[in-house]
Amino acid sequence: MTNSQFTPGVVPGRLSPERYAANFQDVAPPLSAHAAAVAADRCYFCHDAPCATACPTTIDIPLFIRQIATGTPEAAAKTIFSQNILGGMCARVCPTENLCEGACVRMEAEGKPVEIGLLQRFATDTLLEKQGHPFTAGAPTGRSVAVVGGGPAGLACAHRLALKGHKVTLYEAKPKLGGLDEYGIAAYKAPEDFAAREVAWLLQVGGIEVVTNWALGRAGDGTLDDLLGQHDAVFLGIGLSGVNALSLPGGELATPATEFIAALRQADDLATLPVGRKVVVIGGGMTAVDAAVQAKLLGAETSTIVYRRAQAEMPASVHEQEHAATHGVRIICNAAPVAIHAVAGGLEVEFARTETGGAGLRMLDDTFRLKADQVLSAIGQTLGALPEGVKTAGPKIGTDGAGRTSLARVWAGGDCAPAGEDLTVTAVAQGRDAAEDIHSFLMGA
Amino acid sequence: MADLRSNFIGIKSPNPFWLASAPPTDKEYNVRRAYEAGWGGVVWKTLGAEGPPVVNVSGPRYGVIYGGDRRVMGINNIELITDRPLEVNLREIKSVKRDYPDRALVVSLMVPCDEESWKAILAHVEDTGADGVELNFGCPHGMAERGMGSAVGQVPEYIEMVTRWVKQYSRMPCIVKLTPNVTSILPPALAARRGGADAVSLINTVKSVTSVNLDDFCPEPMIDGKGTHGGYCGPAVKPIALNMVGEIARYAETRGLPISGIGGVTTWRDATEFLAMGAGNVQVCTAAMTYGFKVVQEMISGLSDYMDRKGFTSVEEIVGRAVPNFSEWQHLNLNHVTKAVIDQEDCIKCGRCYAACEDTSHQAIAMGEDRIFTVKDEECVACNLCVDVCPVDCISMKTLPLGTVDPRTGRKVAPYANWTTHPNNPGSSNYTCGITAAE
Ligand SMILES: Cc1cc2nc3c(=O)[nH]c(=O)nc-3n(C[C@H](O)[C@H](O)[C@H](O)COP(=O)(O)OP(=O)(O)OC[C@H]3O[C@@H](n4cnc5c(N)ncnc54)[C@H](O)[C@@H]3O)c2cc1C
Ligand SMILES: Cc1cc2nc3c(=O)[nH]c(=O)nc-3n(C[C@H](O)[C@H](O)[C@H](O)COP(=O)(O)O)c2cc1C
Ligand code: SF4
Ligand code: SF4
Ligand code: SF4
Repeated sequence: MTNSQFTPGVVPGRLSPERYAANFQDVAPPLSAHAAAVAADRCYFCHDAPCATACPTTIDIPLFIRQIATGTPEAAAKTIFSQNILGGMCARVCPTENLCEGACVRMEAEGKPVEIGLLQRFATDTLLEKQGHPFTAGAPTGRSVAVVGGGPAGLACAHRLALKGHKVTLYEAKPKLGGLDEYGIAAYKAPEDFAAREVAWLLQVGGIEVVTNWALGRAGDGTLDDLLGQHDAVFLGIGLSGVNALSLPGGELATPATEFIAALRQADDLATLPVGRKVVVIGGGMTAVDAAVQAKLLGAETSTIVYRRAQAEMPASVHEQEHAATHGVRIICNAAPVAIHAVAGGLEVEFARTETGGAGLRMLDDTFRLKADQVLSAIGQTLGALPEGVKTAGPKIGTDGAGRTSLARVWAGGDCAPAGEDLTVTAVAQGRDAAEDIHSFLMGA
Repeated sequence: MADLRSNFIGIKSPNPFWLASAPPTDKEYNVRRAYEAGWGGVVWKTLGAEGPPVVNVSGPRYGVIYGGDRRVMGINNIELITDRPLEVNLREIKSVKRDYPDRALVVSLMVPCDEESWKAILAHVEDTGADGVELNFGCPHGMAERGMGSAVGQVPEYIEMVTRWVKQYSRMPCIVKLTPNVTSILPPALAARRGGADAVSLINTVKSVTSVNLDDFCPEPMIDGKGTHGGYCGPAVKPIALNMVGEIARYAETRGLPISGIGGVTTWRDATEFLAMGAGNVQVCTAAMTYGFKVVQEMISGLSDYMDRKGFTSVEEIVGRAVPNFSEWQHLNLNHVTKAVIDQEDCIKCGRCYAACEDTSHQAIAMGEDRIFTVKDEECVACNLCVDVCPVDCISMKTLPLGTVDPRTGRKVAPYANWTTHPNNPGSSNYTCGITAAE
């Protein structure tokens, strides 16, 4: 090891191989069969369970937990997958404290929810380890649907359409399917290439043709009109492929956090990834936290999140903020970046203190500078270029409750569509529900 | 610390907690450690006649029923009486009793149903200095096939006969241990009394099969592909035992016969309930087999605290206190009206009360906006199911005062009246053939 945490600049190999391995192992290790039995025993089998209501995909949580408790985890997994085909990934990445577990009546009773996420993982892992796929594609209907985007929304939509017997072609711009599950989610939430393994398992349903390295609207690939010509319906699950730029002097010196994370997720050897000695992350959401924490885990000496509003307004949940804090990430609030300066030996980010008052955010004259070797910006993702004719509603594609866009025969769901938070589980729900609506439409119901 | 000393049919012990005749009391090593842990007495594991001892299976002997978190709710066993030679047991009993004169030591016996066998063993036991004998007429498996145990306990004439022999050939206090595997516990108890028993103890284990292996299609515990019924014990059998103890304590012809209460005693509260239902002391097996001898320490502190709280100065003051209130159904007050009330502060909104009442009871719980659960007094029959299933114990039963109108029936709460005088009872003088005054 030539470099250490104290080596100046942006360099790879700051840690020992053992340290890398330890830092990026499963953040929430799976339950053993015994631990799962104990955890499952805590479920009260609530009537009209609040946890299930809080789940965007409405998994029948009391039923699947009871199935675990009675020694049939595969049946539990089927209960999960019938509502949420990415139940394995969701078990790992859902902010359960805001969703099912936050609504669990045991919160009210003891402040400790049933460990729904871990139980879901126990069940889905058990089934996935058997490698069998529990569903089969339906009898062919003779209809065909194009699904654009191989992220959670597109995958859920494609799978549900296949179950109904429609011929599905899944188009993906990147070389790999999975969307942000593959390129965005923090590495320690789904280690051991789980995203890719899950996708491969999902495709076992059959009836889904995959076309990668194919971008809608890219010259040589195809247009929406082409797709509408070849298919009976089109689903857009194209996520948010753009990023908000830091528009300030020296803004180009910052790297988008999503890029930093994508490189990390795709690295075969973490020791080859360069990371700054002092890392500054600008933003306050889940992406900011993930970037800052992973920078620290890659060996940065310091990693600091700077958020322009008050801590209470941070989009990252309290749980995520704590997660950052326990990894030694410093969080500075009420400071907005005004410039990035290149100085001898690195960078300096200049911030103005802010105040949130009646007229919104106000920059104060009080400024300070933070030294940095690497500046990551995580100030939000945006829609990429849209096919002509698809109308937007604010920053997203306009859709109705069933996912229909302004164009006939075109649906959209996931991060690119409104409604709900930008979460894997929401994308799954919207992809699935759009598939159901497409099915009704195609079958003339 | 309350005075827990116990005097059961003249046998003294520092507390009323005895270990029942079973594996915990099968040898000197165990019994010494049990006494050290605080047990007031033991009933030694059942001895058989002289000669080659019985043989136990060498496969699994116990089956189990679990509650949540693998909590043992009941154990079933196919074990026989002691499988150690009689002389060894007798020698050890003598040695232990010599060293622990203040603890109770009763010897359980089961020999073939003839006068000579009983006469012979009694002489041996008397030599040990033990405080008394317990006649095992209860074991429902193995020994019963050989005409002993519950095969005797199910025939009142045999109970009486053997008890008579024991009283004839020995001066020792004699406890007759009863089997619950009968339709009524009263004839066996009565037979023991007629035979001269100083006390009865109950219950022995309940004939049972705990589980079936679904791969080998065999009842469990499974011994080389076959299973047999066993004897059930532990918390699950407590309700059966409490009822039988109470029946003997209540019934005119058995009333006053001292009872040693056995069956599912696990905590001080269980033990105290047995005392209140008429037991003079209690015996424990499964709780010790599940948690070890130390459990008695909680029983001691719990009973002591309870007595101090209630102002009882001796265990005797508790014995039988609940018996006068152990009534027959026909004497219950049919005019007593209660309604379930949900404490909204403590309710965690799980909806279990709702599911139970809506699906299987009287549709008397409303589920309102934001999961607010409330009882509809006009539907509630006060069955108590919601109280039973509520995980946080936030439902209680409120009694409607005399004279208030029960919204379910529209009638005023009237003074005490029971079935014996009810107009719907064909046996009552008020019988109306179902024709009401209005018609
Ligand atoms: C850093 C980060 C961390 C996150 N952590 C979590 C988390 O812990 N838990 C959680 O629930 N959510 C998390 N999320 C959010 C979650 O990943 C997304 O909400 C989810 O992936 C959205 O799914 P999607 O299918 O709508 O979009 P994406 O996952 O973005 O998938 C869209 C797919 O469409 C493809 N595509 C885009 N344009 C085209 C085109 N023109 N032609 C063809 N293909 C195209 C993209 O390549 C991509 O594969 C995180 C997001 C980020 C950025
Ligand atoms: C493994 C086992 C062996 C038993 N052996 C005897 C016995 O030899 N003699 C006897 O009178 N009762 C025997 N019993 C019954 C117990 O003494 C007791 O009556 C019964 O277990 C109920 O009490 P509990 O619920 O506290 O266990 C045995 C019970 C068990 C579990
Ligand atoms: S809310 Fe909690 S206890 Fe109730 S069903 Fe859901 S997980 Fe079980
Ligand atoms: S007591 Fe019975 S009838 Fe009344 S609310 Fe409860 S469950 Fe329903
Ligand atoms: S069972 Fe108890 S906690 Fe659950 S909803 Fe009913 S009253 Fe509330």
